[in-house]
Amino acid sequence: MIATTIEEALRILTFQSGFNSAVVVAGTAALGLAGGTVGTFLLLRRRALVSDALSHATLPGIAVAFLVGAALGLPERSLPLLLAGAVASGVVGLLTVQALSRFTRLTEDSAIGAVLSVFFGLGVVLLSVIQNLELGGQAGLKTFILGQTAAMAQGEAIAIGLLAAGAALAVALLFKELRVLAFDPGFAAVQGWPVGALDLVLMGLATFVTVIGLQTVGLILVVALLIIPPAAARFWTDRLPALTVAAAVIGALSGWLGATLSALLPKLPAGAVIVLVAGGFFLLSFLFAPARGLVAAALRQGRLRLSFAERRALTDLLDGRPVEGPLALWLRLRGHTRNGALTPAGQAAARAAARDRRLWERFLADYPALLPAHANWGVDPIDSVLPGDMVRLLEERSASS
Amino acid sequence: MMPDVQEFLQIDAPALLAAVLACAACALVGNFLVLRRQGMMGDAVSHAILPGIVGGFLVAGTRETLPMMLGALAAAALAGLLIEAVRRLGRLESGAAMGVVFTVMFAAGVVMIEQASAGGVDLDADCVLYGQLETILWLAPKGWASLTDPAVWAALPREVLTLAAVFALCVALVGLFYKELKITTFDPALASTLGIPAGLFHYGVVLLVAATAIAAFEAVGSILVIAMLIAPPAAARLLTDRLAAQILLSVALGVLAALAGYGAAAFGPMLLGASHSLNAAGMIAVASGLILALAVLFGPRHGLLGRRRAVGRLRNAPGFIAPEAQKP
Amino acid sequence: MQYLWRTPGSRTAPEEASPIGPPPLEIRGLTVAYHRRPVLWNVDYAAPSGGLIAVVGPNGAGKSTLIKACLGLVPIVSGTVEVFGRPIARQRRLIGYVPQRESVDWDFPVSALDVVAMGRYGKIGWFRPVTRAHKEAALHALERVGMADFAKRQIGQLSGGQQQRVFLARALAQEAQLYFMDEPFAGVDAATERAVLQVLRDLDAAGRTVICVHHDLQTVSDYFDHALLLNTRVVAQGPVGRVMTPDLLSRTYGGRPMPAPAAAEAS
Repeated sequence: MIATTIEEALRILTFQSGFNSAVVVAGTAALGLAGGTVGTFLLLRRRALVSDALSHATLPGIAVAFLVGAALGLPERSLPLLLAGAVASGVVGLLTVQALSRFTRLTEDSAIGAVLSVFFGLGVVLLSVIQNLELGGQAGLKTFILGQTAAMAQGEAIAIGLLAAGAALAVALLFKELRVLAFDPGFAAVQGWPVGALDLVLMGLATFVTVIGLQTVGLILVVALLIIPPAAARFWTDRLPALTVAAAVIGALSGWLGATLSALLPKLPAGAVIVLVAGGFFLLSFLFAPARGLVAAALRQGRLRLSFAERRALTDLLDGRPVEGPLALWLRLRGHTRNGALTPAGQAAARAAARDRRLWERFLADYPALLPAHANWGVDPIDSVLPGDMVRLLEERSASS
Repeated sequence: MMPDVQEFLQIDAPALLAAVLACAACALVGNFLVLRRQGMMGDAVSHAILPGIVGGFLVAGTRETLPMMLGALAAAALAGLLIEAVRRLGRLESGAAMGVVFTVMFAAGVVMIEQASAGGVDLDADCVLYGQLETILWLAPKGWASLTDPAVWAALPREVLTLAAVFALCVALVGLFYKELKITTFDPALASTLGIPAGLFHYGVVLLVAATAIAAFEAVGSILVIAMLIAPPAAARLLTDRLAAQILLSVALGVLAALAGYGAAAFGPMLLGASHSLNAAGMIAVASGLILALAVLFGPRHGLLGRRRAVGRLRNAPGFIAPEAQKP
Repeated sequence: MQYLWRTPGSRTAPEEASPIGPPPLEIRGLTVAYHRRPVLWNVDYAAPSGGLIAVVGPNGAGKSTLIKACLGLVPIVSGTVEVFGRPIARQRRLIGYVPQRESVDWDFPVSALDVVAMGRYGKIGWFRPVTRAHKEAALHALERVGMADFAKRQIGQLSGGQQQRVFLARALAQEAQLYFMDEPFAGVDAATERAVLQVLRDLDAAGRTVICVHHDLQTVSDYFDHALLLNTRVVAQGPVGRVMTPDLLSRTYGGRPMPAPAAAEAS
């Protein structure tokens, strides 16, 4: 039983379980990829939640488009029409957020919250109108809210995949421009870059990803595709190209694994599973990524505090000042003291610490301009940070003064 | 074309009461979210409670409200802690931190619902989003005269009583801790140096928002909760420069939105000759949006049109010196 | 009930400052680091009791961080800070703080009087309202900085200098023994500069200790009694006449050519 499930999983993961599910999985992976790449720049522009307002604001557009379709006498719900409606009202919502936070004293978070809830409320009212009109084909409208991959037709999956790949490609082509925008928009504007237009392009790409993701993930959760992969990638690197690639990979993996899991196991809605997989990647990155992860940072900080406290205590002992509390115990455990007095090893360590401090002080006084080049000055033993001839120079100077 | 009195008292009055109380409570606590630039905390919390609701339901095995509310409160507290942890320890901006936490928790809730429904349990994510204002009934009153009978009031629907209790709790807490809320919102660093635990108040506000959202979601749905936490305080913010006035005004605007929105949803279609009513929670959210739009356009000092007039007056005044830009 | 929390033993009344008691502020081995890069490094300092102390140093020397670390607002890597001989958590009532103006949202819906009254909250304690007496104390503090006429004004409608004076009035209303001020003279008009200076002198006359981050080297010797020259570590400390020398200043500012305040004073 388990073996067959694993076999099945491998088949879907490697796109061998029938053309249809392979297309759906590939389309979803492409969507994740696009979300990660576009989302990276939203995150850096501190605009992550703007996409939440955007996605909620699509609902009234979808409802109006449905009503328009019914009025025109279209037989079934027409996906392009609905998505066009989604784009239109999403853009109106976006512009309202920008206008509110720019022209009134309201801050952006309030503007986002107000637009999100009011537009969604309007959408809900319009859905209740549609319900009352008893039109055909309205059952599909609710899938926009929570999403449904199972309902995705092959053609739709291919279209989504291609469009998503196009969005990712657009980011790759505009990488240089978007980098300037994300890094220093003020500088970019002074340099003559069309910052406003670039911002529009970025928000346009976000709208694009949101709308093509609506059907798969649903409008409540589609924002997760734009936020979680770049947020997770942020823990791995400080460099923008690497960050973009990492976010794209995490997004694509989330889409791929999520769609597979949802196809494999019963009662697992794809949108939610994709978000949970992405959340899993986030948690792993948050805790264990070596660059900015929690465990690594806590270890670094703890070691830093301990080494500082230890060296301070050693120099205190060397100068004849007593050391008490847990530090005294720590020094005894380390073999630096016995019966409150320094052991020979402790003597040596204390002298080394005192020398480090003296030489660092000299360095700080004589070459403050060089400090930025040594991020960990004053923390580590001076010999391990500065070149030998520099240390000798400092020793001479500190001996002569 | 008024509906008859008994129908109004039995169907519309309890729904209206629930909506008014929910809106007033949300608007009251929403002031502190808006002023702390945490407007999206309402959105985050009201999505993040979903797994707690489902969990409480699954653990208790009944549709009783209490376990679901306790579960929701636990989930909200967890969400508040996680957001703060991700923001601080992960050094992410608060918007991204919220986005990560609430989408993951909401997704977990959706999966839990689907799994539960596999076991033949019927629970619906829809009711969390839109609420069930229309299903709140108050069968006791038979006419205006029966309202003098205390037994009729004792038979108020549970949703209304819960919301009344939560509103009273909000009023009491904001009243008791008014000056501490004020100082921790305005200048948390000063508050800390005075020995007022600013961090604790941050969590306190989040928990109060959560409690309000939880009491309200069952009746009016999470979308209306989010609208009410933000739109009335935001509108009031544009109309006054005093905190106490802003708080009172926001509650009044919340109540106004509830009345107008419910009226439009319940009676609007009838006036137009249609037989069905519209979604009331959605309509109240739209009404609050309209109120905000009016405040944005016509607010006396900060409204777009009012500001233009005021600047015009100032520029014509003798000795005018352009004020420095105040918006940060 | 006072705002004393966190420390179990904090219910005992804080000690009053006495001329022969422990120094108002004693810093030992204070190191603050951002990641692994020290912002403050092995800072040792004991402030003299009573008097106006300027903290002087170049941009990025850790002046504001020093104040925030003393107040417990930033995490420290190592070291201790004591106020009148005890950890700061027990001595909050003795401390007043004037942050940089940009640290708060000036659009906030409160009046100048409200902000000044916040300085009294430490004395008012939990659950009690701001009484008439406290409001009068706040108004009196506003009078002392020449801002009584603006008491009812929303703070966003004040000029930068007026906002600075409101912050100062709030510190006065705190009635503290030891004040930390973060650049109270930064970017203010002449009237505010005079008002700030007058407040500093009043506090000095009342025997309070004021520790001020100050950026204008020309005025240090005129305005302050003591100076702490800081560039990540303490370069020099003592009476202004002894430490505001071209040699010590150029060491503080990393050998860059400095305007010589001693010479400016002489001329």
